[in-house]
Amino acid sequence: MDLGEINPVLLVASLMVAATPLLLAAIGELVVEKAGVLNLGVEGMMIVGAISGFAISVETGSPWLGFVAAAIGGAVLSLLFVLLTQVALANQVASGLALTLFGLGFSALLGQSYVGIKPPSMGEIHIPVLSDIPVIGPILFQHDPILYVGITLTAAVWAALKYTRAGLILRAVGENHDAAHALGYKVIKIRIMAIMFGGACAGLGGAYISLIRVPQWTEGMTAGVGWIALALVVFASWKPWRVLLGAYLFGGITVLQLNLQAAGVAIPVEYLAMSPYIITILVLVILSADKSSAPASLGRTFHASH
Amino acid sequence: MKFTSLLASAAMALGLATGAMAQDKTKVGFVYVGPVGDGGWTYEHNEGRLAVEEHFGDKVETVFVESVPEGPDAERVMTQMALEGADLIFTTSFGYMDPTINVAKKFPDVKFEHATGYKTAPNVSVYSARFYEGRAVQGLIAGSMTKSNIIGYIGSYPIPEVIRGINAAYLAAKEVNPDVEFKIVWAYTWFDPAKEADAAKVLIEQGADVILQHTDSTAPQAAAQEAGNVITFGQASDMSEYAPMPRVSSIIDNWAPYYIDRTQAVMDGTWETVNTWDGIGDGMVGIGEISDAVPADVKEKALALKDAIASGEYHPFTGPINKQDGSVWLAEGETADDGTLAGMNFYVEGLEGEIPQ
Repeated sequence: MDLGEINPVLLVASLMVAATPLLLAAIGELVVEKAGVLNLGVEGMMIVGAISGFAISVETGSPWLGFVAAAIGGAVLSLLFVLLTQVALANQVASGLALTLFGLGFSALLGQSYVGIKPPSMGEIHIPVLSDIPVIGPILFQHDPILYVGITLTAAVWAALKYTRAGLILRAVGENHDAAHALGYKVIKIRIMAIMFGGACAGLGGAYISLIRVPQWTEGMTAGVGWIALALVVFASWKPWRVLLGAYLFGGITVLQLNLQAAGVAIPVEYLAMSPYIITILVLVILSADKSSAPASLGRTFHASH
Repeated sequence: MKFTSLLASAAMALGLATGAMAQDKTKVGFVYVGPVGDGGWTYEHNEGRLAVEEHFGDKVETVFVESVPEGPDAERVMTQMALEGADLIFTTSFGYMDPTINVAKKFPDVKFEHATGYKTAPNVSVYSARFYEGRAVQGLIAGSMTKSNIIGYIGSYPIPEVIRGINAAYLAAKEVNPDVEFKIVWAYTWFDPAKEADAAKVLIEQGADVILQHTDSTAPQAAAQEAGNVITFGQASDMSEYAPMPRVSSIIDNWAPYYIDRTQAVMDGTWETVNTWDGIGDGMVGIGEISDAVPADVKEKALALKDAIASGEYHPFTGPINKQDGSVWLAEGETADDGTLAGMNFYVEGLEGEIPQ
């Protein structure tokens, strides 16, 4: 065992990378659920985002365009969910599952000719002065831009939900859609926008895996991150900063346990392997001992005649 | 429950939609642990399936279900395949062992073939390849080429097949480079590109300049390419899209001849339970082209080792070899027997860390 072999600076830097796909997907789903919609299709939207982003950035040579395409891809797929649940008033759980199955298959089809290709690199932002500070520089100021987008998005969602009129309306729709409707708000329209936002975020998260974290395209490469994002939203009690904390905990412990294994620490590997799940759940459950609960209309179908 | 059954039935529907029903055709089913596009393990099994179709034409019909979790869900998928009239079912991952035996009991007329396991029954054969022979060749190249003397190894699950590979690679590396050290990380998954890439990055951060993998995707190759100056080996499939660097060689599983052979046996009614374990010599394990990134003398030695193993002249586990605790496993000149290899659950001397139990 030699803990000295673990470089703490590299560890923190790589845990931020590991956490970002999860954070992006979860923050999008949080907005969707705050609007009272349960979309279980996160995994499907992520993987479609992963291949759309990968394909476009390979074709155009621009990772930026790739990420834009990923957001569009995720949002377009979420339109399918919109059609099923908001127009045809189908069951949200079944529609979400169908979206995941469809997304996994569809992305495999789209990705046939992209296996084994190296995507263009996004590069890292080097902020003069700041990124040269020892320790803090490499940890905080030497990442790819999308990682900062994730953090900014969390802050923006938090502020929007808490302080803006739009956020208030969104929450009203999620808490009691009949009352919101009676007040004259367009429940369906607001929910559609929320679902598309969630799809775009999931798409970004997926593309982060295929363009930055791995980087390559492989069928089914999101391998369950979408499901973890869904669980994270619940355990974080629908609070943006807790989602961020949960994502960093999960990503962090995943990377940490691999580091501990490689350094030969004498903790049984089974415990290390399960630790990200257990510790993340424990911390968030303890935090959610307050009265926060799910949006009251979560998962319920709205029809204006009610 | 609801969710998994929904997934399984949807997966079944997808798989079964690939072929039309016909009575006189021999129907062959394949259960895969990952997606057919993983670029590694499952990809090669699917190549074997396609070879069966190619060889027999319309005398055969194949079906497959991909990304089937190891465990109870696998049992349902196999049962469904048997109910749909499959005559022969290949279950292609170690974790399908007990499910295969259970389902085989219920369908005595259906033949089952389980890859990499050790439990047989009147209608269950097992087959595997001697991947460790290829691992020895990789170990030689790895040990010769490492500059940091640290070799990273990404394991999937601590099962004999994987442990055998680690031991074989280590022994060969140690032979050419006494200072070599192995860092082993268990990913506890066969297929999760993001996690496999993370594992590779961690090993590289801790000084490894060679990455060996026993997981199914090409993600570690991509991570090594990103890091630069790190070499890797294709696992299960050639992964030649990452040649000449980082991928300097590979182990290629060639299942096609076996699958064709066994399908023929079912057609002829001559199928019987066998325990097949073929290596480089029989062509079940191939060594992918050694790229120009490997110095000529190392390449020459690696090819010589490959030939010696293929001809049976040399066994990768030839004594003297001690177990990790220092006790004698093989005396001078003694070679390992298949029984011990099949159930291998110990590291050889020099490897650090414990095998998770």
